[in-house]
Parts: sequence; structure tokens; C-alpha cells
Amino acid sequence: MRTIKILERVLAVIPIMFVVAIIVFLFMRLTPGDPVDIMMGEAGFVSAGEIENLRQEFNLDKPLYVQLYIFLADAVHGDLGNSFVKHAPVSKLIAERLPATIELALGALLFGLAVAMPIGIISAVKQNSAIDRLSMAGAFVGISMPPFWLGIILMLIFAVLLRWLPVSGRLDYSIKLQSITGLYVLDSILTANWPALISSLKHLVLPSISLGAAVAATVARILRSSMLEVLRQDYVFLARAKGLPQRTVIVKHALRNALIPTVTVVGLQIGVLLGGNMIVETVFAWPGLGRLVVQAIFARRFSPVIFLWCRAQ
Amino acid sequence: MDAQVITLSQRLYPLKYLFQLWKRNTLQFLRELWGNPSALLGALLVLLVVLMAIFAPQIAPHDPTRGKLRNQLLPPVWQKGGSTEFLLGTDVQGRDLLSRIIYGARISLSVGILAVGISALIGTGLGAIAGYYRGTLDAVISRFADILLAFPFLIFAIGMMAFLGPGFTNLLLALTLKSWVEFFRLARGAVIAEKTSEYIEAAKVVGQSNPTIILSEIMPNIIHSIMVLGTLRMGSLIIAEASLSFLGLGIQPPTPAWGSMIADGRDYLITSWWIATLPGLAILVLVLSINLFGEGLRDILDPRLKIE
Repeated sequence: MRTIKILERVLAVIPIMFVVAIIVFLFMRLTPGDPVDIMMGEAGFVSAGEIENLRQEFNLDKPLYVQLYIFLADAVHGDLGNSFVKHAPVSKLIAERLPATIELALGALLFGLAVAMPIGIISAVKQNSAIDRLSMAGAFVGISMPPFWLGIILMLIFAVLLRWLPVSGRLDYSIKLQSITGLYVLDSILTANWPALISSLKHLVLPSISLGAAVAATVARILRSSMLEVLRQDYVFLARAKGLPQRTVIVKHALRNALIPTVTVVGLQIGVLLGGNMIVETVFAWPGLGRLVVQAIFARRFSPVIFLWCRAQ
Repeated sequence: MDAQVITLSQRLYPLKYLFQLWKRNTLQFLRELWGNPSALLGALLVLLVVLMAIFAPQIAPHDPTRGKLRNQLLPPVWQKGGSTEFLLGTDVQGRDLLSRIIYGARISLSVGILAVGISALIGTGLGAIAGYYRGTLDAVISRFADILLAFPFLIFAIGMMAFLGPGFTNLLLALTLKSWVEFFRLARGAVIAEKTSEYIEAAKVVGQSNPTIILSEIMPNIIHSIMVLGTLRMGSLIIAEASLSFLGLGIQPPTPAWGSMIADGRDYLITSWWIATLPGLAILVLVLSINLFGEGLRDILDPRLKIE
């Protein structure tokens, strides 16, 4: 029964994605600024014949509904067309950038959970103690802070003033790394390239914290409140009465049930991570998808990158 | 003639009822706010920023958009080389940072208030109608809301701004076009839950019309949740505006907006730290106080949602 429910939910996403794709396509094409004109503007002088050829190549000479059909048909086959400016298949551009975004999102998630789990548990167990009050105040500041500003502050302190960590990028220029998965940390472990591992980890720290701080704050607050609720239940009382040690009561009995609402929130936070990384990637010049999208928007190249963003949901 | 007067006052009854409710509750609300120190602090700080924004021309020591190049990159007063003329220093064009921050409050506040207000109005209205009447209309609006929900907020807003072009009105449009959905879902769910209550049955038996039931019977019961959601969303909308302006898609120069001021200061981070950091501090203080007030508001108005 549950499998059918899940399947239903998943299948219901398909028509929604379809409509989203159509909207995105119309956005791309109906925006003022012809892609070929912009492309030619960058290339210098070109003859009218060449422009005509390009229009044909990109199917821009066909009616809008035919273009839409081609776009959707290609997208279903995994072909996202060519970037009008970079002359590379968009799917290739995305494949290059996606690992960077995944690495940053994973780093942020890891940081968020590593901070939130102990804080959430300890604050609930020691409710109204100094630790509880202090960490909840911290979490409150965390959800009220613009992530890009946190990034700049961290950059100022740890990269500019203390010089402990690099300002931007993913790896020192002097270090060569063989790319296997595109996740630099994983690649450097796989190839036993220790200098690269240290360098990539150092580059990952500040962006992960800036992106993960909001996640940490949100998750810590939810975990604390659901822990508080669970700790009041009879079965926890019983576990204590049985004489189980505090640690067992908290980890085995309380935490397990308190995690259920928390996991839902963590799932929702992944959407926040994908949205927030456009900003954080811009701050730290992180060569990921978010930055590609921002750059694409500024160049008015509405490549189907945005479409992929929607599919990533 | 008499009959007309009666129908008019009957028509106005929902509004009058809401107003009386509001008058009675305001006093009680202020009393409870007094007993909640963090919410009170939040409210006072928000009030301070609002006053700062309203009286910006009187308070600001300098013109926020014009500066002299010979004053460029002056540090704040407490640092070596700083002067009392420019308390928080100047930016690369020699403009007074304090004046720009004071004027910047206008953008953040007006975007926050207008975006929340419009979204709440549209969302609650549609939600109440959809939840009360159900049927095709409900199905259509709900599907549309689902589609909007498929987009992450910031990505949607960035895409919209790229499509519409920068500017204040477009910024409002981009933010409200997505944020009404939350109000819609809240109002719709609440109306569906309230609709089966006995007091609604009673109102129907008495012969009240559907619009009257929605406005004078259901609304007073759900308006608190809407207000709480609105206050808590205002902070994230202000951050969204700052993010868009930071990317250069929101408010355009020379109008001072906190987000774009941070972006301006990024290039001078090594030599002049104050340009990028101080406007961010202003965002933090404003959003923090709105959230403090919002959480207090929730504890007072909607204790069911209270997080311990």
C-alpha cells in the first residue's frame, strides 16, 4: 500500500515537471534579446547568410510550437541542446559543473548535521540550561543571517586576516588532480593524492559553512523541539524506571523517534541548499551549476540549465 | 428607504465585527507583548528601523547617492584615519556609508512589508474561496500552487528577475508570485478544517450568506495564523530581496539597497572591510528583530504552534 502511495506521488510529479518545462521554455524564448544576435555581438562581424545558418542550426527559424516540441523531445532523451554561446552541449556543461555543486551541497549538509545533531540533543536534554539558551540564540541568529554575508565575514576573518584558508575556488592551481568522479575530495582519496586532498578540503570549508549554517540552525531547532516532546513520553519514563543508563535512554529510545520529523525537515533543506548555492557559489567563485546559471542569466543566455534545475527537484 | 439602510449595515457587519474584535484584542495583545521580553525587544527594534526609514532625509548626515571622490574609502570613526564626519566610513565613490544604510532600510522594509501584504491578501483570499467552495476552482488553483512549489524560492525569483528585468516593481512581482502560495495553503487548510464546525452550520441555519460566513465567522478564527505566518515570512523575503540585489538583479544603483551595497564592498574586502560587512549587519539586525517579534507573536496569538 505504501509503495503504491509513493509511486503515485512520484508519477504525479511528471505532469508538473512537464508544465514547468514548458513555462521555462517560453521564458527563455520570449525574453527580449535574440540568442543569435547576442552570440554574433560577441563574435564580431558576420554575414546575413551565416546568421541564417545558425538560426537553422538552432531551429530558431521554425514556429514556436515546433521549437517547443523539439526542446521537450530532446530533453526527454537527455539531450538539452547546445549553449548558444559556449558552443558546447549543455548536458556536457552541466556534467562538468554538477560534481562541484554536489560536493558543496554534501559538505554543507555534513556540516549542518554535524553541528545540529549534538546541539539539538544536548539542548533538549538540558532544557533551559545555559548551553540550551546559548545554542538556541545562536540558531536564531543562524536563521536570520543572509548566507552570502556570512560567507563574506568568514572570508574576511579566515582567508584575508588569518590566512588559514583559501579565498575562493576548489583547488590550488599548482596541484594537478586526475578527475574520476569530479568530486575533488573523493578523487584525491581514490588516487592517493594527499596534497590535493588537503587543498580541496581547505577550499571546501568556508563555502560549506556559509551554505550549511542555515541548515544547522533549522535542524537544531526542530530536533530540539521533537526531542523535548519525545522525552516526555511514557516509554521514555519507563526506560528510565527500568534503570537504563541515560545515554541508552537518549540515543536508543528518544532520539530514534525524535529523528522522524527531523528527517523530513532535512529533506526539505536540500531544496534550500540547491537554491542557496547560487549565492554562495558566486561569493566563493565556486565553479558549480549555481554560478553557471547566474552567469547564464547575466549573459541573457537562457540555456536549458534552468530546466535541469527544475528536474533536479 | 429604511430597508436599504438596514441591508447596507448588514453588509458592513463583517467589517464592523472584525474592527470590534481588533479593538478588544489589541489591548490584550499589548499586555501580553509586555510580558514577553524578547518579542518586545524585537518589536522595539523593528519600530526603530521603521522610524529610521521614514525619517531618513532628516537623520542621514549626507546625500546617500552622491559622494566626493577625495573622500573615498575612509574608514569608520573608531579606526585610524576615520573622522566624525563619516561615522561608518565611506565607499569607493566617497559616499557616506551611514547615510546609505539609513536609506537602505527603506528598500528592505518596503519590499518586506509590501511583499508579505500582497501575498497574504492574494493567498488568503484565494485560499478561503478555494477551501470553502472546493470543486474545479480549488483543483485548478491548487495544481497551479503545486507547480509554483516545484521551484526552489530563490531560483524562481532569480529566473523571474532575469525575465522581467531589475527594478522595484518587478522585484515585488517576482517575490509575491511565489510567496502567496504558502498563505494560500494555510488559509485553504484552515478553512476546510473550520467549515465542518458546528458554528458554521449554525450560521448557515440562521441564513447568513456564504461571503458573510467566510468573512465574519471563519476569518476571525484563522487570521491569527495568517498574521504569524506573515511576520515569520517577512524576514526571509527581506533576505531574498537582499540576495537578488546582491546578485545585481534587484534594486539598481545608485539607489542604496543593503544587498547591492554588500556586493559593491566585496571587491574592497582586503583594504576596506566596512563597506561589505556593515550593511550585512543591518540586514541581520532587521531580520533578527522581525523574527524575534514573529516568534513572540506566534506564542501569543497561536500557542498551538509554539516551539519550546
